[in-house]
Amino acid sequence: MKAYLGLALAGAVTLGGAVTAMSVQAADKAGTPQVAAQHAKGKEVYDYWCATCHGEEARLAGTLALQTKYKGKTPAALALRTDLQPALVEYYVRNGVAWMAPFRKTEVSDADLAAISGYLTAPLEQRGLSAEALALAKGAKK
Amino acid sequence: MAAGPAGISAAVFADGLAEMRSAVGDQWVFTSDEDLHTYRDFYSVLWDEPEERLASAAVAPANVEEVQAIMRVANERGIPVYPISTGRNLGYGGAAPVYSGSLVIDLKRMNRILDVSESNASCLVEPGVSYFDMYRHLKETGSKLWIDVPDPGWGSMVGNALDSGGGYTTAPYRGHFEAQCGIEAVMANGELFRTGMGALPGAETWQQYKMGIGPSLDGLFRQSSLGVVTKMGFWLFPEPEAHLSGSIDVWRFEDLEPLVALMNELEYGNIFNGMPSISSPVLSSGMMFQEIPEPDVLHKMVQDTGKAAWRASMSFYGPEKVIRAQWEYVKERFAQFPGARPNEGQFIKLPLSPEDMEKVSKARFGIPSMEIFAVGSNGAGSFNPSDGHIWFSAIIPRTGKGYIEANRVMRRECARLNIPLFMFSPAVTCWTRSFVLFAAVPVYKDGESNKKLRASVNEIIRICADNGWGEYRCPPAFQDQVMDAYSYNNHMLRRVNESIKDALDPNGIISAGRYGVWPKHLRQGRGK
Repeated sequence: MKAYLGLALAGAVTLGGAVTAMSVQAADKAGTPQVAAQHAKGKEVYDYWCATCHGEEARLAGTLALQTKYKGKTPAALALRTDLQPALVEYYVRNGVAWMAPFRKTEVSDADLAAISGYLTAPLEQRGLSAEALALAKGAKK
Repeated sequence: MAAGPAGISAAVFADGLAEMRSAVGDQWVFTSDEDLHTYRDFYSVLWDEPEERLASAAVAPANVEEVQAIMRVANERGIPVYPISTGRNLGYGGAAPVYSGSLVIDLKRMNRILDVSESNASCLVEPGVSYFDMYRHLKETGSKLWIDVPDPGWGSMVGNALDSGGGYTTAPYRGHFEAQCGIEAVMANGELFRTGMGALPGAETWQQYKMGIGPSLDGLFRQSSLGVVTKMGFWLFPEPEAHLSGSIDVWRFEDLEPLVALMNELEYGNIFNGMPSISSPVLSSGMMFQEIPEPDVLHKMVQDTGKAAWRASMSFYGPEKVIRAQWEYVKERFAQFPGARPNEGQFIKLPLSPEDMEKVSKARFGIPSMEIFAVGSNGAGSFNPSDGHIWFSAIIPRTGKGYIEANRVMRRECARLNIPLFMFSPAVTCWTRSFVLFAAVPVYKDGESNKKLRASVNEIIRICADNGWGEYRCPPAFQDQVMDAYSYNNHMLRRVNESIKDALDPNGIISAGRYGVWPKHLRQGRGK
């Protein structure tokens, strides 16, 4: 399973703009810093499982829901947030909320979940964000 | 830990789980409350009630041999099992079993793409392969083939087809079960079965010719309780040169009947191959289509607003010069309607440029996404999101009369029964030859409102049946009632299904109750 998933994801990153994970597209377009090596796995899993709803595009389901909920008090895209704790990330992944159903261990393993939590709580500069996204996240932080 | 299956002693169940652990590995058998929580139907209309359908355990095999081992263990002990591919058909049941206490066989780990043939335009996949996986694989390998995707892209190609899911590209691919070619399934006793040419050793035509010899048995596995599907072939769509969409507005109430007839002729005659729609600009707002009024009222609304009574939309996939000519021909044919106003939509050269990617409806280009879920993000304006939704999806006649009658009956009855709706479609054409009427109903994790909702939906199912309309798919809580509606000759459909069930799964272990077919020992009480 892992071997295949890894292969598929590598393909997605190579092709950049052709895939739907918007954070991948955004990163490619802006020629941004690479994600820190220790968070590469976390970003990979995040892009695969989370970014399709929680990516930077405003119209995505999770991003739109968090924008509606927080009204800009915190960035709506998860990868731009600096206030997340691993326990919170893990709670929502395994328990779901509103329309987001929980994710099973056959989808997101405990190791993958720890990697996602690590990625979402890493310093912003280590997340491989576009310059634009980084500025947005830092602006929101002030 | 959830209760074990009814009628199975704790010792036998524990022994079965131990055997399964040795077949798949300890970490792939789940029994804790915490793990089983992730197998609940998150949009269940029975949430937290004693009747909620819950798994007793879950097991996740990695290959066909492990599935066979699990089935042998379950069959020997009479342990009820409920296979899921990815369990992401939210709104139609998710990962939870129909019969509480069943052991879920989670096939997500079986996610290999076994073959993609460019020249045959086909693929062979395992049930854990999602639309995202296949899309990425095709891009990565430089394939010129498209998949047809349902709204959410995270689902299983196999599971969605087996549930009769549909998509948005051209007619041969939109009905996902119709686009399958070749099924492999593990039967109740652990034996392996292949349909069509897969039954002939050495045949290279498994994904080329569906039928093989004798009765066609693919249908045994659609919405069924007869086997665990471990491989499935699909026909894929060679990427066309271009795409063109167009629509034509017409203005009179009485135009609807000939409009539907013309659209049918043009679609069935292959003048357009993309998914058509017939909507009403004057009666639609956002995702809601209001009740169709009497002709004089409709005409006044048209006059007051300047909006058309009906809009026929069609799309074309193919070489530019062909599809432009087809669009010209469509416009000529619509000239029979007084004041017919054509609107040329998007013309797009393929493959999609990154700029075009931003402005198209992805599903119409076979691109998976999760964008559809945004309809639930802001609670339709004020932030009071529901906890999910269920779909009501009835097959109705593809005529102007069918379109109007189903709309009126459904709108009136939903209003009378206080069924909240956040989406009510005009008649949709996922499948050629019939309409489907879709209504989406928000669901809350609240027993009182769910109780009322269940009673109301059962009433709607009955009313639809009285009109000759049946659902093509539904959440587990309503599967018995929907099957009940298909009652010709004293429920002969269900009785034949039960005979097949008894023959192929004599211990009644697979997916008890799925789509109203119960094994002998549970038939009397329908699982209760």
